Amino acid sequence: MIALLLRDLRLAVRAGGGFGLGLAFFLIVTVLVPFAVGPQSALLSSIAPGVLWLGALLACLLSLDRLLALDWEDGSLDLLATAPLPLEAAVTIKALAHWITTGLPLVLVAPVLGVLLNLPGPGYLWLVVSLAAGTPALSVIGTFGAALTVGLKRGGLLLSLLVLPLYVPTLIFGAEVARRGALGMETLTPLLMLAGISAGALALLPFASAAVLRVNLR
Amino acid sequence: MAECAFFRAAQSGMRVVMDLTVSDLTIARGGVPVLAGLSFVLEPGHALILRGPNGIGKTTLLRTIAGLQPPVSGQITGAQDRIAYAAHADGIKPTLSVVENLRFWARVFGAGGIQPALEAFDLTTLSERAAGSLSAGQKRRLGLARLLVTGRPIWVLDEPTVSLDTRAVAMFADAVRAHLAWGGSALIATHIDLGLEAGVLDVTPFKASLAPAAGANAFDEAFL
Repeated sequence: MIALLLRDLRLAVRAGGGFGLGLAFFLIVTVLVPFAVGPQSALLSSIAPGVLWLGALLACLLSLDRLLALDWEDGSLDLLATAPLPLEAAVTIKALAHWITTGLPLVLVAPVLGVLLNLPGPGYLWLVVSLAAGTPALSVIGTFGAALTVGLKRGGLLLSLLVLPLYVPTLIFGAEVARRGALGMETLTPLLMLAGISAGALALLPFASAAVLRVNLR
Repeated sequence: MAECAFFRAAQSGMRVVMDLTVSDLTIARGGVPVLAGLSFVLEPGHALILRGPNGIGKTTLLRTIAGLQPPVSGQITGAQDRIAYAAHADGIKPTLSVVENLRFWARVFGAGGIQPALEAFDLTTLSERAAGSLSAGQKRRLGLARLLVTGRPIWVLDEPTVSLDTRAVAMFADAVRAHLAWGGSALIATHIDLGLEAGVLDVTPFKASLAPAAGANAFDEAFL
């Protein structure tokens, strides 16, 4: 399992691995929003939590289509399916590798980008907390979507259409934690819901992903 | 039949645990049965060459035996977690070096070192090169070297000699011989003569009539 994780991390940082693509996208989206909205700092600071969450979510989506499709194309997925490692473990590890290369960097740069959107002072901590609790769900749900579309040519667009609706609960509660945090309000309830979604997705979806993958490999 | 060593009756009941036994197997591709009523036994230390025209279902048979797709009917015993499968795609990551590619599979399968595999396929001098910069034949040699690091007893190989030159084919034949001598077995679909002392199974007589699979199955298949 460690071998698979290390390989995926190594592939991500090598040429063409797509590491940094999500980050750059997140940066550009957050820079563009003030241009679109105009120089009204009060408006910006009130929409900042939602914009940052939406940006992070879309950035997560960017690298999903290569998560399993590359392994499928070069035959590694067939070989992994016949390896001693259960497919459930393999997809969990691949989701973890996706989170480490995409979700975690987003969590870390979000506070910096918060400055660009005039995020209120107390909001920084809660933005980071909510992203840290929510991005694992984005990776796991995204892996399920990638497993569903793995055999399809140009499956990337279909993948987005399938995955984005599934991201709605995470987005609602994640952005709510960040918004309430920024306003200095109680955040415990949405945070628990968000963490619950992440934990539930992590517990259940690897089995669904592996089952779907077995069907797609036939 | 000449290759009767490999065609023991499925009902013999004398199944040695280490044998790969296929009995009365029917397999389908895209819901259409391609081979039906296929039975054979592959014993340790033996190789079996699959022959048959294109599209007869050799690849489907090998994928079924490797466990990548379920059979329509019939039984495969002795295959669970003992198969090393190699097909047209080698599962090579172009941005990793030869050693990194091989070491990854060695660690996934929890088997021994990669040095013997590198030497068997003359990859030692290429070991630090990125796999993406290898030629097609060199990539194939890397894909075949992967078989050696799996430590699995049954090799299931689909056209293993594609893009290999004669020297590399000889290397491959030597590797198969060493594997058989070690007590492993090999099931190989190929069109060329490898010079192996192997049984030959021509699957052409087992071609299924082109009726769609049994109603319920086909219906399920559409939704699975």
